[in-house]
Amino acid sequence: MNAAEPSARRVKRLLGRSAWTAGAWLAGLVFFFPVLWMALTAFKQESDAYTTTPQLVFSPTLDQFRAVFASGIGPYLANSALATVLSTLLVLALGVPAAYALSIRSVRKWRDALFFFISTKMLPVVAAIVPIYLAVRDIGALDDIGTLIVLYTAMNLPIAVWMLRSFFLEVPGEVLEAARVDGATQRQEITQVLLPMVAPGIAATALICVIFSWNEFFLALNLTSVRAATMPVFLIGFMTSEGLYWARLAAAATLACLPVLLAGWIAQKQLVRGLSMGAVK
Amino acid sequence: MRFLKTRRRRSVAAVAAALSALLPAAGCAGAGAVGGGSGSITVAIVANPQMQDVQKLTPYFERAHPGVHVRYVTLPENVARQKITESVATGGREFDVVMISNYETPMWARNGWLVDLQPYADRTRGYDPGDFIAPIRQSLSYRGDLYSVPFYGESSYLMYRRDLLAAHRLAMPARPTWDQVAALARKLDDPAHRIAGICLRGVPGWGENLAPLNTVINTFGGRWYDLRWNAQLTSPEVTKAVAFYTDLLRTVGEPGAATAGYTECGTDMAQGNAAMWYDATVAAGSLEDPSSSKVVGRIGYAPAPVERTRSSGWLYSWSLAIPRTSRRRDAAWQFLSWATSKEYIRFVGGRLGWSHVPPGSRVSTYRIPRYAEAAAAFAGPTLRAIDGADPAHPTVAPVPYTGVQFLDIPEFQDLGTRVSQQITAVIAGRKSVRAALSQSQQYARTVGRTYQRR
Amino acid sequence: MATLAPSSPVPLTPGGQSVRLPRREAWRRRLPLSPALLLVIIATQIPFVFTVLFSFQSWNLVRPHSRHWVGLSNYRDVFTDSAFRDALFTEIEMTVLAVAVSMALGVGLAVLLDREFPGRAVVRTLLIAPFLIMPTVAGLLWRTTMLDPVYGIVNFLLHLVGVAPVDFVSRFPMASIVTVLVWQWTPFMTLIVLAGLQSQSGDVLEAAQIDGAGPWTTFRAITVPHLRPYIELGVLLGAIYLINTFDVIFMMTQGGPGTATTNLPYYLYQRAFLGFDVGQASALGVVTVAGTIAVASIALRMLFTVFSTTEGRA
Repeated sequence: MNAAEPSARRVKRLLGRSAWTAGAWLAGLVFFFPVLWMALTAFKQESDAYTTTPQLVFSPTLDQFRAVFASGIGPYLANSALATVLSTLLVLALGVPAAYALSIRSVRKWRDALFFFISTKMLPVVAAIVPIYLAVRDIGALDDIGTLIVLYTAMNLPIAVWMLRSFFLEVPGEVLEAARVDGATQRQEITQVLLPMVAPGIAATALICVIFSWNEFFLALNLTSVRAATMPVFLIGFMTSEGLYWARLAAAATLACLPVLLAGWIAQKQLVRGLSMGAVK
Repeated sequence: MRFLKTRRRRSVAAVAAALSALLPAAGCAGAGAVGGGSGSITVAIVANPQMQDVQKLTPYFERAHPGVHVRYVTLPENVARQKITESVATGGREFDVVMISNYETPMWARNGWLVDLQPYADRTRGYDPGDFIAPIRQSLSYRGDLYSVPFYGESSYLMYRRDLLAAHRLAMPARPTWDQVAALARKLDDPAHRIAGICLRGVPGWGENLAPLNTVINTFGGRWYDLRWNAQLTSPEVTKAVAFYTDLLRTVGEPGAATAGYTECGTDMAQGNAAMWYDATVAAGSLEDPSSSKVVGRIGYAPAPVERTRSSGWLYSWSLAIPRTSRRRDAAWQFLSWATSKEYIRFVGGRLGWSHVPPGSRVSTYRIPRYAEAAAAFAGPTLRAIDGADPAHPTVAPVPYTGVQFLDIPEFQDLGTRVSQQITAVIAGRKSVRAALSQSQQYARTVGRTYQRR
Repeated sequence: MATLAPSSPVPLTPGGQSVRLPRREAWRRRLPLSPALLLVIIATQIPFVFTVLFSFQSWNLVRPHSRHWVGLSNYRDVFTDSAFRDALFTEIEMTVLAVAVSMALGVGLAVLLDREFPGRAVVRTLLIAPFLIMPTVAGLLWRTTMLDPVYGIVNFLLHLVGVAPVDFVSRFPMASIVTVLVWQWTPFMTLIVLAGLQSQSGDVLEAAQIDGAGPWTTFRAITVPHLRPYIELGVLLGAIYLINTFDVIFMMTQGGPGTATTNLPYYLYQRAFLGFDVGQASALGVVTVAGTIAVASIALRMLFTVFSTTEGRA
């Protein structure tokens, strides 16, 4: 068939293909460029970072990263990691049963419940921050990482329940029916049949939760100060004290983004699946 | 209604109990917790170069006071204000030492939120609170007692490039008026060589563009309120002053003026990109420091320009206070008395260089020979500017408030910021002076009304 | 209180007949749901109840002993506050622009990525990055290295083609913010639409080709209707997050210049933390929440098939 194709058409098709490739690459690079530039700037001396003509060629240095570490980024990273990991685990622990109750063996008003969950995501946190602050103060949990963990869990639960539910719906009913006929309890049905089948979906859900809790800024800013402060808070303080030092700022920003960036890249497939919500179920 | 009120605390507690029951980890501190030793104090500060020096030198303090460990919360000014106010006003107990200013101190002292520091200061040998520069000390006192101690103090003056003026065969009057300054700025403006005629703050914030602008409004004879709390922001005097300021900035000011604040103007001036700069007296320290400035030794210092008042400089002090809720008052005082002592000033000078000395807090600072030498160009103008500031009588006509570049009322943070946003809109060319001021007048009227009711 | 509740009196089995469960079974089914529901209610609804209570009080945090009940006067102030109206319009403009532009770009990029070409996986990897970046960093990054009037890259590029430097953030604040939001959310939209494209059955497309339909006709007649639920999902999720935009504004413009980029969350923040007027801020919050719910439930029901096509199993 190819041999029969007139050569002009083949050239045209080839050209079209290369234009397509070039276009896609260009788009990818344009979107990636700011991130790349941040990472490059982090390896520069200040004099190379602060120029009217951008310096693409420079002798890389680790000075900025050293300076960032010297300024005590460690505890902030640890707090961010703790808040992210624990809240994500909690979301899964609470979200899986909830999603089960909204899909496999659904409660009578599952639609209302689902709607309620998703509607809470639209409320501006700012509107409730004063009562939250006062309540947290009254239990003496200001500047406590536990507070962030609970709040991040509540913040991510709605989206997680929604995502998990759509993954659960993909599991063929016959499989679960068979398990039930075999006399599996509800717990066995979930842990031994359902969960292994939706493992990729759970990974996707976890990843989304990780992204949103790692990047959360407003609650962390308002409810923590030293002991429980997370990366975005560090960045804010660092920003002013190093206001005009772009290279150092870029190094701090790169470190702040790196964990989630890597996690997202590694788990790309799950991310894609997660965002498509198991084909909009 | 009463039912709700009495029930509130209990229901909050119930929520709390429910929250903590849901999470085994609740109640444990963050991963960054540092021991939690009995003497560790939390200090909330605004990120600025002088405070960074304090942080750098803190190990020496800790070595001398083995029982005390200091942890810092460093934040940009607006966030620091928000967090500190929130915490102190609600008794949040997060901080043992807070960095505030002469805006907050008298109000918060009146509210009973701060520890009276006078007994501590009198008791501490060699601390000598009488050494604090008088207007600064008064502005941090309530009923004669100090409620916060000054870390540094400042007024405002006009900094100008003597070499540029000489090259243009111009002279700076000993006590310039704003008209004279504007004329000079128009002659010195040189876009071809990237030199702005004058640098002024344009970025919104009651402590940003409103600080210099308010001194201009005052000296043009404008005021925020008359004695009966009627807002005066659309008066001819205020309109003229705002038009003058924004027009000067738009025609011969720095590029990107709407986002330029103290830091940006400082960079412009230090890099030789501005011929004049009207701003805080503390700026001189870095302008005369060869490591950060290209214009060392070429700056002249003139008093804050005036029109209808005798002086117009502002008065501001970053100071340290102890919230009433702190459980470690003694440790906190040890830190405070170290960071604001005579010895600290000498120590910074010797360790980090004399340009790092926090200026404007103590008279004795200006008697240190090495500092007097290093600050020869601006020490005199700085002291005179601080001495000349008059927060009780900021403008021509009498006013119901005190404060030069701010009004000493709790609503001013909000009001000032909203007004300053309007001003920035004018500077960015998005609004007319008239429209911005009539909107500002509305804001001011709402606040004024709450004072008229009393 | 703060709920979106579409009317659905009876659950439907896939077969369509309504089922009435025995009471015991109904409770057994509710059990797994309750911890999650409880936490979300405690963390989001109870604070809101307090917000409602506070909204009937005059209470300024920095004026102690000022707290007293004032009835509806805070609400009167909200509705006569022109800055609130401005913030509302800013909010709508910002959300609609950001969602629309990022969805348009997302569809375009998804179509590009749907075809096999050398390095497709790499391009997709690069494209995801902005979505993973911390919004705080995104704002900082764009304000400094990208859009700075003197040292920014964009101005350097403009300079190459002979355009004078532009102070983007103060001259075009809304466009600057929307650019950053679009930059962050386009990858998200792309991925969702891409998933839709890839779930198209090859048979249908082939059949269309055999029937002599051109690529454009195929796209319009077959792909677009197929993508509809995916696009709706993307718009819905994007809007949910974008109406609460705060971090980027905080880092880039602080709501300015003037009030040009003060959206509702930012305006609320300023009222609560500059004015410390808890009563006023709470009333604002209540009005905002009520408005959001009204708009959201109408929009959700009118525009989206997402909820109507999903069915639970009995």
